[in-house]
Amino acid sequence: MIYFDNSATTAPDESVLTSFIEVNKRFFANPASIHLAGKQAEALLEKSRAQILSILGAPDGNIIFTSGGTEANNLAVIGFARVFRSRGNHIITTKIEHPSVLYAMEYLETQGFEVDYLAVDEQGMISTEELKSKLRAETIVVSIMHVNNEIGTIQPLAECARIIKKHSRALFHSDTVQSFGKLPVSLTGDGPDAITISAHKINGLKGSGLLAFRKGIPPQALNFGGGQEHGLRSGTVAVADAVALAKAMRISALDEEHQEFRQWRNRLLDFIDLYKDVIVLAPDKAAPHIVSIAFYKVKGEVAVNYFQEKGFTVSTSSACSSKSGAAGHVIEAIRVADKYKNGVVRISFGKNNSEQHVVEFEQVLAQFMELLGRGND
Amino acid sequence: MEWNELLIRYGEISLKGRNRNVFVKKLRNNIKKALSDLPTVALKSERDRMFLFADDKRDMDEAIVRLPHIFGIQSFSPVAKCEATLDAIKAKALDVIGAGETAGKTFKVEIRRTDKSFPLETGELQQEIAAHVLKSFPELIVQMRKPEVLLHVEIRSEGAFLTAKVHKGAAGMPVGSNGHSLLMLSGGIDSPVAGYLMMKRGVSIDAIHFASPPFTSEMSKKKVMDLAEKLSSFGAAVRLHIIPFTEIQQTIVSQVPDNVSMTTTRRLMLQIADQVREEIGALAIVTGESLGQVASQTLESLTAINAVTATPILRPLIASDKLDIIEIAQKIGTYDISIQPYEDCCTIFSPSNPKTKPKLEKVMHYESFTDFAPMLEEAVQNRITVDLPLQQVDEFDDLL
Repeated sequence: MIYFDNSATTAPDESVLTSFIEVNKRFFANPASIHLAGKQAEALLEKSRAQILSILGAPDGNIIFTSGGTEANNLAVIGFARVFRSRGNHIITTKIEHPSVLYAMEYLETQGFEVDYLAVDEQGMISTEELKSKLRAETIVVSIMHVNNEIGTIQPLAECARIIKKHSRALFHSDTVQSFGKLPVSLTGDGPDAITISAHKINGLKGSGLLAFRKGIPPQALNFGGGQEHGLRSGTVAVADAVALAKAMRISALDEEHQEFRQWRNRLLDFIDLYKDVIVLAPDKAAPHIVSIAFYKVKGEVAVNYFQEKGFTVSTSSACSSKSGAAGHVIEAIRVADKYKNGVVRISFGKNNSEQHVVEFEQVLAQFMELLGRGND
Repeated sequence: MEWNELLIRYGEISLKGRNRNVFVKKLRNNIKKALSDLPTVALKSERDRMFLFADDKRDMDEAIVRLPHIFGIQSFSPVAKCEATLDAIKAKALDVIGAGETAGKTFKVEIRRTDKSFPLETGELQQEIAAHVLKSFPELIVQMRKPEVLLHVEIRSEGAFLTAKVHKGAAGMPVGSNGHSLLMLSGGIDSPVAGYLMMKRGVSIDAIHFASPPFTSEMSKKKVMDLAEKLSSFGAAVRLHIIPFTEIQQTIVSQVPDNVSMTTTRRLMLQIADQVREEIGALAIVTGESLGQVASQTLESLTAINAVTATPILRPLIASDKLDIIEIAQKIGTYDISIQPYEDCCTIFSPSNPKTKPKLEKVMHYESFTDFAPMLEEAVQNRITVDLPLQQVDEFDDLL
């Protein structure tokens, strides 16, 4: 079975698993305890934190370890909105965010916040002009994802950051769950003020993620208890998870875009170009590891099942929304034509793939098109 | 943003005359030591400034993080280099300005044209560059006097060098340039701050700590090691001497009346410290005492305690308020370590009503019944020394 669903989750790296087990054996003590074993666990936790901040290029920054991307996104959106409430109640996001941002926004709307959702073009790109026009004195938080999880569109974070900083005092958060390890992601002066990262998308473990933010005001906590993580995230800190995440980040961090994934993607796009009944979503603007395609008058589910039969694991748009059946909010937002919008399939590369896998997939795709009576012309 | 070099400006050293070289050399060595784990870093020192180069961007970024903690540096600036052509300088200027804050800041361009063959005059060049920057950053406000963002462009024959941001240094003097002292390190808030201030004046230090196992724990020892390690991050290694003090303390409790036992304890500690000081060739003893803070820190107490030695006792905090001391402790990162809850040897045996105005003759009278000398000598002999920062192989490395 060739696994092409790395945007849903990845296989944990062998060395990450080893670290996780070793830490659980040797440093299982509670890092908040004052005895020696606790102190060792704390030292290890802090070393993980420092390593992550150094990878993000922000040694002065802060890390809150969370249960994953969803919790970190919730904490960023709701926590920062509450902290800056005294400055205003206006928030800006996009129509194609992950549900962990979108539903947090919906909740905030019930609490008296006003949220603007930026539209996107047919490639999934926001308009920085629209962003600029929506910013105002009361804008307190802007949350714009780096790479879309369904179609791969890369948003221009540096340009957004420049605009946001120039025209408002808003905090700029970005969900970088899909981009870390495929594109350069940092927390330096020219980008977002806060970012979300999830371990299991970068060959780490499920149930682990983080919110990183630059020196400054922390978000308001969303849970209550023993006051761990400087009161921002109560609950005994999972040191082994933090270490495993730091290790997964060290292994996957990049200074430039992932070259191999980009070559495979280009190759696959050239191949698909031969078929007029298949379109590529966000053809020019997407991240290197995501190829989102749509079949004319074929249900995505049918294609997924066929590929499954032939030994390839791919998915319909995203695992999070694929079970509901209806076309998702991202597909609606980029206005995919009716005849195509139920036929979306996402292929996403990971470190366990090779170019040979892509070659083999092309053959299976060709067979599928033959079967549908829509060979290349 | 990728920087080509760091321009490091000296602090007080630059006021030195003929022996300036000695200070510059010391500073250069201290910087080298503090960055020894960054393989691509190289230094070039000149009479009134120093340059730091690093081929690897990560090393350069890390150097920028560490330099503000090294004494003897007044300030430093990241420098970007480009070809000495107008177009190249204009493009680089945008990068350099974009790397810092610009919103609502005042701004000025300053030109130094060392290479006089450059086609544009200083004034023209200044105007060209300023206009170009303002086009991209209209939020900047031009101001000739004391601008917040000063873009400095130096044109030399080998290229143009641009700086904008000035990072504040720790000031002071290079550690080691003003001799060596022994710091009495208790584990409280004050003594690490006293050590820090002396280091800032260029004094390198050993530290001495008194432990009374089993009444004091391994954790309390670890805490003092952490404090000494923190101090060692300010530019020079710190050797910590841990004195076994249990026996002496028990003898004091049984031989000396309660209300002067504290004074005697301090006198014996100071005698031990003085012996260690002599052995290591240090010239003075440093303490964190602050006048009137506790019973042992009244002028009367200090007099009675100080009587055991003629060695200079340096008390940099003697006139400081507690809140000011705490502020420094927080700034240098020792506060969080100091407030950990472990018992130290003073709190365990402390009497309920120590004399705040002990009389020297009386104290000496009470002490005269016991021969402490052999015990002191034994304690000095049996001390444990730890060199900080710890050079141990990091057991975490394979996990991360």
